[in-house]
Amino acid sequence: MSEISSTAVSVDVQALRRRQGRFSALESGHRACLGCGQALAVRLVSESTGPDIMVANATGCLEIFTTPWPESAWRVPWFHSLFENTGAIASGMEAALKAQGRNTKVVAFAGDGGTFDIGFQALSGLLERGHNVLYVCFDNEAYMNTGIQRSSSTPHAAMTTTSPPGKARMGKRHLKKDIISIVAAHHIPYAATASVAYPSDVRKKVRRALAIEGPTFLQIHSPCPLGWGHEGDKSIEVGRLAVQSGLFPLIELERGALTGAMPLRQVRPVAEYLKAQNRFRHLFAKSEWADEELEHLQALADHNIEVYGLRGEGRDALDSEGADTIHRGGQRWA
Amino acid sequence: MIKALEGSQALAEAVALCRPQVIAAYPITPQTHIVENLAKLVANDKLQCEYVSVESEFSAASVALGAVAAGSRAYTASASQGILLMSEVLFNIAGMRIPLVMTCANRAVSAPLSIWNDQQDSMAVRDAGWIQLYCGDNQEAVDTTIQAYKIAEECELPVMVCVDGFTLTHTLEAIDIPSVEQVDLFLPPFQFSRTLTSQQPMSAGALVAPDIYSEARYSHHQALLKAAEVIERVDNEWQTATGRGYGGLVKVELNPDGETGLLVLGSATGTFYDAIVEQALDEVRLIRLRSFRPFPIAALKEACAGLKRLIVVERALSLGSGGIVTAELRAALAGSAAMPLIHSFAIGLGGRDIPISTVADLLARVEGATEPVAFEIFAIDSDKLSPEDQ
Ligand SMILES: Cc1ncc(C[n+]2csc(CCOP(=O)(O)OP(=O)(O)O)c2C)c(N)n1
Ligand code: SF4
Repeated sequence: MSEISSTAVSVDVQALRRRQGRFSALESGHRACLGCGQALAVRLVSESTGPDIMVANATGCLEIFTTPWPESAWRVPWFHSLFENTGAIASGMEAALKAQGRNTKVVAFAGDGGTFDIGFQALSGLLERGHNVLYVCFDNEAYMNTGIQRSSSTPHAAMTTTSPPGKARMGKRHLKKDIISIVAAHHIPYAATASVAYPSDVRKKVRRALAIEGPTFLQIHSPCPLGWGHEGDKSIEVGRLAVQSGLFPLIELERGALTGAMPLRQVRPVAEYLKAQNRFRHLFAKSEWADEELEHLQALADHNIEVYGLRGEGRDALDSEGADTIHRGGQRWA
Repeated sequence: MIKALEGSQALAEAVALCRPQVIAAYPITPQTHIVENLAKLVANDKLQCEYVSVESEFSAASVALGAVAAGSRAYTASASQGILLMSEVLFNIAGMRIPLVMTCANRAVSAPLSIWNDQQDSMAVRDAGWIQLYCGDNQEAVDTTIQAYKIAEECELPVMVCVDGFTLTHTLEAIDIPSVEQVDLFLPPFQFSRTLTSQQPMSAGALVAPDIYSEARYSHHQALLKAAEVIERVDNEWQTATGRGYGGLVKVELNPDGETGLLVLGSATGTFYDAIVEQALDEVRLIRLRSFRPFPIAALKEACAGLKRLIVVERALSLGSGGIVTAELRAALAGSAAMPLIHSFAIGLGGRDIPISTVADLLARVEGATEPVAFEIFAIDSDKLSPEDQ
């Protein structure tokens, strides 16, 4: 390092740049569980937003584990008001910045409970009024902060503390709400799903959303080791299986129309995904009912593959196995 | 300039004079005309601001909160069910010490459904940590709105300006609308010490442990108590600037030496004033409580000094208990050497008319009483009720 010739410098600078840690809005030392998908998702999102953002954060795990007073893990301006008003808080911030002529981008962060359920109305208002806000939902498929209760995002048949399996029940009775379609039905410029298991896809979608003046929405599948019942070091694997089975399709919608879907070259059986998590263990009890539910979930995945045309036929470049690299007509972003 | 204006229109003009950058509101009778008039001002470019037409009162309060956090003066208004829907946000705004001003166009709450005036809505959120100022007439509503921004921003506390629905909001009066210059001289440009910026990131709205929550509540409570002095000072400054003042926290409107007190909040003051003057009831001291939060104990003691009896007239009640203001007043005056006999009445609920004869009727009701009327909803006609409810 001490003797760098002038010709070598330019090369090394490039190499150094590539190795340099990207900006992250989250400092280390926060109190998320090991392997928390949501914590990782925030890092990925903020690597692409950079520091010039203002965050409106809903009540939930993320809010709690980042700001135990007097500590804060945030390196960007961050505001938490309530569980269900994040869409409106972000709207107000954006209106104020607009009135002041400031260009800082407003980003809203909320869990699936704060988005699909209790905060749904405020979100719809934000989308309808066209505020220039990127709304990110960290979808861990239950109310984790209060101890794993079902939300309308919880998948069918999953076990939570308010949808326990038993003699008369096989976990959650209802389907996972199709939030992305509902959001897209507001005809906003851009709405997409993503998964922490595909980091460069997340970054790319964030950059895409940020470039748009207007409301944009990102639903990031964020495994929760505690709530889903898997080891912390399996979060990425589990997240990837959700995508590869077709249960959680990665799609993009512009003004309500489907414009992108990540193809799956090798589709994995849903059972593989379910087996990896305790919240589905009652489905492997070898009862007739359990088998029916397994079939049902497989049918849901098949349906997604059909509707979104997920079965990849292209070259390897389109392969979701390629983990961090998803090429969809664009260049790889280092 | 003196203009003949509907209360709501005058209020909209007063708000516009304060130059809010963000307005968010959701219509509800009797507040609607205020936000309609503001929308008109914005549409005609008489007010340059972001007018956010939200989908609920819950979001109205939240948008205003987000706007102040991001560094803009903001405004919202509501009433009745809207105030109740907002209530979670109202507590949050106050706890975060956000300098926001809102109008509560006072209305009864459901059920039974009523769109008419009483003060149950603002009374229901009295513990939210907001300053609450109750206006006697529309001139005061206009002037108090402008004062409210100054108070809010100096104290970093939200202010709810309570204006009786219909009685004030829908009544045409001759009102002196202050000039732009007057307001600009009086009210400094918006400044909020905790404005969010990405140059100096700050986290707001953290979770606190039991070791600090009590202290946070203490400092919020202290801030409200200290606001009393600011409310008085700002009212004095306004008096100097315009010649109009409202007594700060409490005003003795008539007969400061009278031995029978009549204490009231809001627009009923005008009716009582006229009754006392017309009927030459020189022994009746008319006291108006302007600031309900902070509750001005010292000023009330002073205003009540020398009274033999005091009739408290409220436009709301705590069901299962009784008079809200009365309970606080009794506690405040308890133990003082010359505690008057305090009679408590709720009147004019759900828009029931308060005729000018009310004062004489109230005086007759307590005439010669040696025991206080603990609490009574005045002039109930029990014939309207089924026998088991009487
Ligand atoms: C009005 C209201 N109801 C309930 C709660 C309690 N509560 C706090 S966080 C939470 C669940 C959060 O779930 P989600 O949005 O999915 O986020 P996660 O914790 O899973 O990340 C609940 C029910 C609350 N804070 N406010
Ligand atoms: S409970 Fe789940 S979402 Fe919450 S911090 Fe732990 S892993 Fe993350």
